[in-house]
Amino acid sequence: MAADLIFFALFLAGLTLLGMALGPWMARVFTGGVRFLAPIEAALYRAAGVTGQGQGWRAYAAAVLAFNAAGFVLLYLILRLQGFLPFNPQGFGAMEASQAFNTAVSFMTNTNWQSYGGETTVSHFSQMAGLTVQNFVSAATGIAVAVAVVRGLAARSVADLGNFWIDLTRATLYLLLPGAILITLVLVWQGMPQTLAGSVTATTLEGARQVIAQGPVASQAAIKMLGTNGGGFFNANAAHPYENATALTNLVQIYAILAIPAAFPFFFGHMVGDRRQGRAIFAAMSVMFVGVLLAAYFAEAAGNPLYAGLTDPGVGMEGKETRFGLAQTVLFVVATTVASCGAVNAMHDSLMALGGMIPLFNMLLGEIIYGGVGAGFYGMVLYVVLTVFIAGLMVGRTPEWLGKKIEPREMKLASLTLLVMPVGVLVLSALSILTGNAQGSVQDAGPHGLTELIYAYTSGTANNGSAFAGFGANTTWHNTMIGLAMLVGRWGYVIPVLAIAGGLAAKPRAPETAGTFPTHGLSFTVLLVVTILIVGALTFLPVLALGPIAEHVSIAAGQAF
Amino acid sequence: MSKHPKSEIGLFAPAILRPATGAAFAKLDPRRLARNPVIFATALVAGLTTALVLLHWGQPGSFVSLQIALWLWATVLFANFAEAVAEGRGKARADAFRATRSHAQAKVLLDPARRDLFELEDVDQLELGEVILVEAGDILPTDGEVIEGVASVDESAITGESAPVIRESGGDRSSVTGGTRLVSDWLVVRVTAKPGETFLDRMIALVEGAKRAKTPNEIALDILLAGLSLVFLLVVATLPVFAGWSGTRIPVIWLAALFVTLIPTTIGGLLSAIGIAGMDRLVKANVIAKSGRAVEAAGDIDVLLLDKTGTITFGNRMADAFLPVPGVTEREVAEAAWLSSLADDTPEGKSTVDLAVRRHGLAEGTLRQGASLVAFSAQTRMSGMDLADGTSLRKGAADAMARAFPQGGAGAAEPIVRRIAMAGGTPLLVARDRRVLGVIHLKDVVKPGIRERFAELRRMGIRTVMITGDNPLTAAAIAAEAGVDDFLAEATPERKLDYIRTEQAQGRLVAMCGDGSNDAPALAQADVGVAMNSGTPAAKEAGNLVDLDSDPTKLIEIVMVGKQLLISRGALTTFSIANDVAKYFAILPALFVAAYPGLAGLDVMGLGTPQSAILSAIIFNALVIVALIPLALKGVRYRPASAGALLSRNLLVYGLGGLVAPFIGIKLIDTIVDLVHLA
Repeated sequence: MAADLIFFALFLAGLTLLGMALGPWMARVFTGGVRFLAPIEAALYRAAGVTGQGQGWRAYAAAVLAFNAAGFVLLYLILRLQGFLPFNPQGFGAMEASQAFNTAVSFMTNTNWQSYGGETTVSHFSQMAGLTVQNFVSAATGIAVAVAVVRGLAARSVADLGNFWIDLTRATLYLLLPGAILITLVLVWQGMPQTLAGSVTATTLEGARQVIAQGPVASQAAIKMLGTNGGGFFNANAAHPYENATALTNLVQIYAILAIPAAFPFFFGHMVGDRRQGRAIFAAMSVMFVGVLLAAYFAEAAGNPLYAGLTDPGVGMEGKETRFGLAQTVLFVVATTVASCGAVNAMHDSLMALGGMIPLFNMLLGEIIYGGVGAGFYGMVLYVVLTVFIAGLMVGRTPEWLGKKIEPREMKLASLTLLVMPVGVLVLSALSILTGNAQGSVQDAGPHGLTELIYAYTSGTANNGSAFAGFGANTTWHNTMIGLAMLVGRWGYVIPVLAIAGGLAAKPRAPETAGTFPTHGLSFTVLLVVTILIVGALTFLPVLALGPIAEHVSIAAGQAF
Repeated sequence: MSKHPKSEIGLFAPAILRPATGAAFAKLDPRRLARNPVIFATALVAGLTTALVLLHWGQPGSFVSLQIALWLWATVLFANFAEAVAEGRGKARADAFRATRSHAQAKVLLDPARRDLFELEDVDQLELGEVILVEAGDILPTDGEVIEGVASVDESAITGESAPVIRESGGDRSSVTGGTRLVSDWLVVRVTAKPGETFLDRMIALVEGAKRAKTPNEIALDILLAGLSLVFLLVVATLPVFAGWSGTRIPVIWLAALFVTLIPTTIGGLLSAIGIAGMDRLVKANVIAKSGRAVEAAGDIDVLLLDKTGTITFGNRMADAFLPVPGVTEREVAEAAWLSSLADDTPEGKSTVDLAVRRHGLAEGTLRQGASLVAFSAQTRMSGMDLADGTSLRKGAADAMARAFPQGGAGAAEPIVRRIAMAGGTPLLVARDRRVLGVIHLKDVVKPGIRERFAELRRMGIRTVMITGDNPLTAAAIAAEAGVDDFLAEATPERKLDYIRTEQAQGRLVAMCGDGSNDAPALAQADVGVAMNSGTPAAKEAGNLVDLDSDPTKLIEIVMVGKQLLISRGALTTFSIANDVAKYFAILPALFVAAYPGLAGLDVMGLGTPQSAILSAIIFNALVIVALIPLALKGVRYRPASAGALLSRNLLVYGLGGLVAPFIGIKLIDTIVDLVHLA
């Protein structure tokens, strides 16, 4: 156990260093200081007719929506028409309409919820030209939005937030592509397949025939992590040995998930010219990360009391990553759900009741513990706005953040985002139950079944994409509803947060004085964490009480369902 | 300068409580409730609950349901009551003002040039621009501008200041206010206010809170509270579905109770009371805010522009030291200065006499017989005394003396004169028999304690800027002594305006005070402009606050009131939201324990029964509003400190307190509920 805790501490130290290194690099990238691919950039802009003019928040948001809409249509068509398209060695036909809608929304919104099994449904062409492209651009979209938000916070009386097309291009060229290439090389070196050939057939020792799927796995795995996408090449995702070859690839992939999200606070501090601001946010994220990591770890390490004495050493490893052990399983579980990744190396359904509650909890917070690429940071921005507003008055000034007043318009928009998770999770789940669509899809009775349902809608709304397993999501109802949840969960944040950033950008920035509400330092970090827990998490306490907590206390009382 | 202090209105004076109790019920009018989203939602739920109780009366649990319904109504009434008490205090003050309003008739002059031809007209009929005559003993019927005459006016009805003030035509003392009384002489006044819109009328309306518009910060807070309520509505509305999954049926009334305890009723119920009380505290300081927004802005101030004279220094220069030229003793200078100043009635002369008496013990008894006085005049800028023995003593401005006594050896005093000028002081030469003995150092005397006040403001993050007409050298010296952060020397109204604009362009909020018409543009430009009540109508119109005492130092107090208002609002918001944690832990186990007995573990308070737990939570939720009314009205204790220190302290008290208090409170109520078998 001590070794595991030391491993966690070292991991966090490594993550901090990674974020601190990457943050300033991002600042250079997005202020136009990195130019080594300038000719490619220029050619792209020329071809697309991008002038590079600054966009107000409305123009910026319109560009995001237009780009997402186009990406959705393209991906939908590819999935529906893959039977007529090349690189289809297995000869897969068209994807069913509601599933194609769900999948297209899923990859466009950086969710990568998969109601399909990759190796049995989609062609190599769909994987590469459809899904992998969205893996890059949906991640770049999230990054671009967050960059625009940071710019708005750093600006003084400025009308525009930058140019979406340029931010999108630079995020891809200077951040995602180089990172993905680097990670791909490591993964291939560690033995993950990278080929365009079809499945191979093997004859086992018993003489049975076994079809072994393969393909361009390493490259997709790299961007799936770096872009916090999470959509696996295989149905089993990173639990499949081809998608997660060794303990090293496991660790590299975890770092890849959290690298950009952890860099964002430092990037922010850099951009606003006050690194303490970024450090306070990073600290708040890290405090919560440690909290959920330890909670998950100890929940799992405690084992199942119903099996006490039956298994040795008491920790149930069924459905977990037996190759790398409990610590690397739990770290992966937590990392993939604090960020909007959703790749899994264990079946979350197999976690203990409370251990399974942690990933659910991470997502219900809105994924702001580091969070998705870009999405995590702009989600955090909304919580900071709320925190500053609620507690800011206590220093005797009307609320302000970075010298910008938080006024009715900001509160209107921020309050709107408070509704996103409750609507996506509570309302849509309740509708599923009321319409009778939930009962047929869950695998287990009792509170565990409720958790499976809630998890599916949470994963969609939070744009995570991880599956709890045990939930039959591939029905017309769930494909459509979870699709809607993903849309609400993405645009329900993106549009308001861009509007807030646009409004704040236009405001003057009052100089900091001794009377200014300090948004750095210990008090603020504590305050931010507590606000997130009370405003963000308490909302879901009732449903968690009926799901995982009820299951936990029932198991403790010796009751199984 | 005696002042009759405004009578302090007790927090829970019966004269306020009785009408407030009635008003709490009157405010159940849906149209009035709708102004407050949280309390409106509570009232709706209370109505629904009551209907359910009546519909299902006689079923098991009816008694508890009835109690829940009643406590929900109590929550609404307590919130109404808080607002009514705050308004009642304002009304009590307004009544005092109203009593001074004149109902007599006004003497309207038919021809402004003739004072003997007038006709009586009802005050309510007075038109803008009409010219009226006011004579000794009359109460001014309305606001106006003096166009002829000089008179002393007793303004105590408005300012509480018993010493009468002079009002005369032209200049900065030409405005008169309705409700004040002429003590002597007469005035011809042009009416500047429409009936019902006089300063007094507006003041009454503001103090009563009748026309109170929500401030931007209140609106923003309302939006957040409404948003949170909506979130909780979704939580509670979907809960029966999830509970049904586990085969649990939750009574609707329990859901109603959960909803009302979760929505921020505490701050929702007290929000408007806090705002009204803030205005009330300003009125107590004799300042009238024209809008609640001005009070909030006062809390946000980054830069205070303060006039040097009267605010930072005493109004006049005062003798500070006697400095002899070589070969003369200090006492000789002091004595000559003393004698030659006896005929000088200016503040400078008086302070010279004062200093000589204080420092050198010179006394009237030593005054020699047969001396003749040479009075100070503005032409000679000298005063003096010729003694019986022929000794002539003079003191006066350095250049005037040098001209009068070219052979007086003023050269010997030159280094001293230069030193004093460098330090920002004014040198006066003292001569005996045409020979210069030494120099009197006159200086602006900085008010005691003001330096500490500025240091305090600096700790709060507020910069102080001294405005003065002095030259930069003098200004710098006084600025350094007073400890201001910056100064604006040789200030003109234009330069003041420019200074404010420059500061604002850098994102700072600026407060200033002024009284003259030429201050009006700067007052209007400043984020907080405090007009002196003694000032011109233009200045009063331009400012967003009016200080009835015409005391420029009040600016600092106003900032404190603004900060206290904001802190009170923030503290109660934080407290209210932090309360939710305990309420979840009280109610959730009660709701689910039937389905999952193990969830009793969430009941960390160990409450009696599910019924008593829910009842206790709802009772606590209602009572906490009442318990916090005094805090809302008096405001949170505020001691100037840096934002960091304030945050740490208030977080500890109201954040942590908000987390812990309901655990204790609910447990306590539950114990009582169990004891008397209410549930």
